[in-house]
Amino acid sequence: MDPKETKERMKIPRQSMAEQDPKERVRNFYEVPYGYSAEQAIEEAKRCIQCKKPLCVGGCPVNIDIPWFIRLMSEGKFVEAARKIKETNGLPAVCGRVCPQEDQCEKVCIVGKKAEPVSIGRLERFAADFEREHGEITIPEIPKWSGKKVAVVGAGPAGLTVAGDLVKKGHKVTVFEALHTAGGVLMYGIPEFRLPKKIVQSEVEYLKRMGVDIVVNAVIGKLETIDELLSNGYGAVFVGSGAGLPNFMSIPGENLSGVYSANEYLTRVNLMKAYQFPEFDTPVIRGRKVVVFGGGNTAMDSARTALRLCPEQVTIVYRRSREEMPARIEEIHHGEEEGLKFQLLASPKSFIGDRDGKVTGVECLRMELGEPDESGRRRPVEIKGSEFLMEADVAIIAIGNGANPLIPQTTPDIKVNKWGNITVNMDTGRTSKKGVFSGGDIVRGGATVILAMGDGRKAADSIHEYLTSGVW
Amino acid sequence: MFEITEKIELAHTVYQFKIKAPLIAKKRKAGQFVVLRMNEQGERIPLTIVDSDEKEGTITIIVQEVGKSTALLGDMGKGDMILDVVGPLGRPTHIENFGIAVCVGGGIGTAPVLPIAKALKAAGNKVVSIIGARTKSLLILEREMRAVSGELHLTTDDGSYGHHGFVTQVLQNLINEGMKIGFVVGIGPIPMMRAVSNVTKPYNILTMVSLNPIMVDGTGMCGACRVTIAGKNRFVCVDGPEFNGHEVNFDELILRNRSYLKEEKTAMEEFTYHEGEKCYERCDK
Ligand SMILES: Cc1cc2nc3c(=O)[nH]c(=O)nc-3n(C[C@H](O)[C@H](O)[C@H](O)COP(=O)(O)OP(=O)(O)OC[C@H]3O[C@@H](n4cnc5c(N)ncnc54)[C@H](O)[C@@H]3O)c2cc1C
Ligand SMILES: Cc1cc2nc3c(=O)[nH]c(=O)nc-3n(C[C@H](O)[C@H](O)[C@H](O)COP(=O)(O)OP(=O)(O)OC[C@H]3O[C@@H](n4cnc5c(N)ncnc54)[C@H](O)[C@@H]3O)c2cc1C
Ligand code: SF4
Ligand code: SF4
Ligand code: FES
Repeated sequence: MDPKETKERMKIPRQSMAEQDPKERVRNFYEVPYGYSAEQAIEEAKRCIQCKKPLCVGGCPVNIDIPWFIRLMSEGKFVEAARKIKETNGLPAVCGRVCPQEDQCEKVCIVGKKAEPVSIGRLERFAADFEREHGEITIPEIPKWSGKKVAVVGAGPAGLTVAGDLVKKGHKVTVFEALHTAGGVLMYGIPEFRLPKKIVQSEVEYLKRMGVDIVVNAVIGKLETIDELLSNGYGAVFVGSGAGLPNFMSIPGENLSGVYSANEYLTRVNLMKAYQFPEFDTPVIRGRKVVVFGGGNTAMDSARTALRLCPEQVTIVYRRSREEMPARIEEIHHGEEEGLKFQLLASPKSFIGDRDGKVTGVECLRMELGEPDESGRRRPVEIKGSEFLMEADVAIIAIGNGANPLIPQTTPDIKVNKWGNITVNMDTGRTSKKGVFSGGDIVRGGATVILAMGDGRKAADSIHEYLTSGVW
Repeated sequence: MFEITEKIELAHTVYQFKIKAPLIAKKRKAGQFVVLRMNEQGERIPLTIVDSDEKEGTITIIVQEVGKSTALLGDMGKGDMILDVVGPLGRPTHIENFGIAVCVGGGIGTAPVLPIAKALKAAGNKVVSIIGARTKSLLILEREMRAVSGELHLTTDDGSYGHHGFVTQVLQNLINEGMKIGFVVGIGPIPMMRAVSNVTKPYNILTMVSLNPIMVDGTGMCGACRVTIAGKNRFVCVDGPEFNGHEVNFDELILRNRSYLKEEKTAMEEFTYHEGEKCYERCDK
């Protein structure tokens, strides 16, 4: 690209994405941003200066050929762009929405040095949506069956990626999912207004059309063990069972009714559709004063979900300050627009309940920041005697998850670390057990969709290698 | 989809179903349960696996209608399809030869006691059973329990059948008479399980109870089913459902199970309202 054109392109402002009005959207579960128009997508695509050595590609955990797909978009070739993305990313409509782009591809985009970076995520989203909405999704050619079968445990982003990659290499793949729906956190955790469930389901449909067999209601370890899968004709097993088991705080009153883990709260509302109770049978307590503990994406999702269930007030209680909050800035901003309140530098000490065992309030302590801890963030220290009371009829604990013990319990020869996460060779996804691979949150603890998918991609490559060579 | 292959009415609003689920039938052990979802709008409800037939590929469950989901199931019949059946969940009962094992079942709780009694007998125990209900028409599985028990005691709260009184009184009598009890399993309404645990505690008899908290996923992912056991938080679906009754915080469990009383009432009212005539049928019985 000649320097003049580069200069011209650098002048184009970053295209903003229209969103539902905050006052409207807190009363529904529809998606918040509307996405780009075709004109906007082309305009935004033109902002990419088509670097010879594109840093953005290295910022993406699955190394999408970003300049290439963006060039196609600048020429209005949206379907081609989507196909280009899909060569390395099986879930572009999902990643375009939920990737923390500001910390990945967009963080290193060269345009970002002088102006705002190219909106890679929004472009990715547009391309994928365009392809889907225009019925342009085509199934890649599937090679002849290799004669090998692979079992995948868990239909989250990690497992689905492995499945997609391996059918494309000619293997038969069966995905076993414990819940009644495939998608993992994409279905039960991330709310509808951030990731519409029909998008996840159409990605799952796509895999099925490619020939992936998905068996729901199958809890591996209970229904069948990994050893049984291996002796029942599966040449390899990939474990992508995610981070299960929510953490609690071990403080008094934590088991009062109205105190939820974020997983339970979100599962009730997203997967079981409690926001449509009584049309759907699963209830959720609609609080008047809702308090959410934690500062990550899960806390923000819980809080913004609570905001949509007609409360008087929803407050996030976080023990450090705003700068340390791990949630995406965009989500914090969305929450604030929707009326979310913050009680920063505070930590719960005990829950208070009434005679019926229902939570009515929470006693908190104020904190101050001390020396940095291992994570590099300043450690919160409680201020003695600073107790204060907050009213709460629903409390949601969003302080992370431990590893689900079902698989390790029933397959003791798969090595886990002291937190119960499966240990693997990070380059190949191989576990300590022959023929068994793993990746995603069950290996990393809580991470991201795209990292789980990256693990899936690597594991699929090395499963393919193992199946063809037979060498462990 | 899972087909119902048999339905038997055991008592008023208590039904026994056989459901086609070959893999579960092969795998399940005494003490384990399944989670069912009747239809797209349905909630996930846990029910104990009472028996299974590997050859037929079926599992047996016994359900009492207490709210909308169980009433929905109660309305289904042979040939109908259940959308989702997951299992076998939970840890199997720890079975060994304790010498004399007393199996106490209260109301519908007799259903989950039956497979445990069978397993205890198979392990060489002398099985002494005490089963009770509010009234004679609600007493279930008498014949089946008799078949596995060396000694069977029956009780009804109103005295319409068997011993007039509670199962715990019979248990206390057995202890008073000097029976050397090695193990007690008690399953039924929470107050009954608490009472059984209270009877055996002074004598330090190992007593297991099967807890029935509200569940969602049944796989350890949500924490809805947490209970305090010996001062610690435990998840019933993966750590249980059976726990040492002397360590369970029953009061907390009772309160937690009342979390959705309002919503459950709404759901049931809407359900019976939509059912029209069926509603009257139910009242007439
Ligand atoms: C509320 C919330 C919001 C988030 N927001 C974001 C975000 O905005 N952006 C982002 O990048 N990341 C986000 N994350 C993190 C991201 O969702 C996870 O890192 C990612 O889903 C991990 O993928 P996975 O495939 O490893 O596991 P999961 O998505 O957890 O899927 C695992 C699947 O395995 C199934 N399973 C478990 N055990 C068994 C078994 N024994 N047998 C059969 N199946 C089993 C589970 O039911 C589940 O479906 C969020 C997480 C949460 C909870
Ligand atoms: C491990 C386990 C095994 C069980 N085995 C049996 C059995 O063999 N036979 C049987 O009849 N019942 C059994 N139950 C209880 C059964 O799950 C509940 O009766 C049923 O879920 C009630 O649903 P409902 O919609 O009909 O009633 P609702 O109107 O929703 O509730 C009635 C009462 O049932 C309890 N309950 C509600 N929702 C749930 C839920 N999702 N999970 C658990 N309890 C709930 C609550 O205490 C509530 O007050 C078992 C429960 C557990 C946890
Ligand atoms: S997948 Fe995520 S990191 Fe990669 S290009 Fe897309 S938005 Fe960026
Ligand atoms: S770094 Fe930015 S400008 Fe360069 S190719 Fe990537 S997206 Fe385009
Ligand atoms: S029911 Fe969800 S953890 Fe037990």
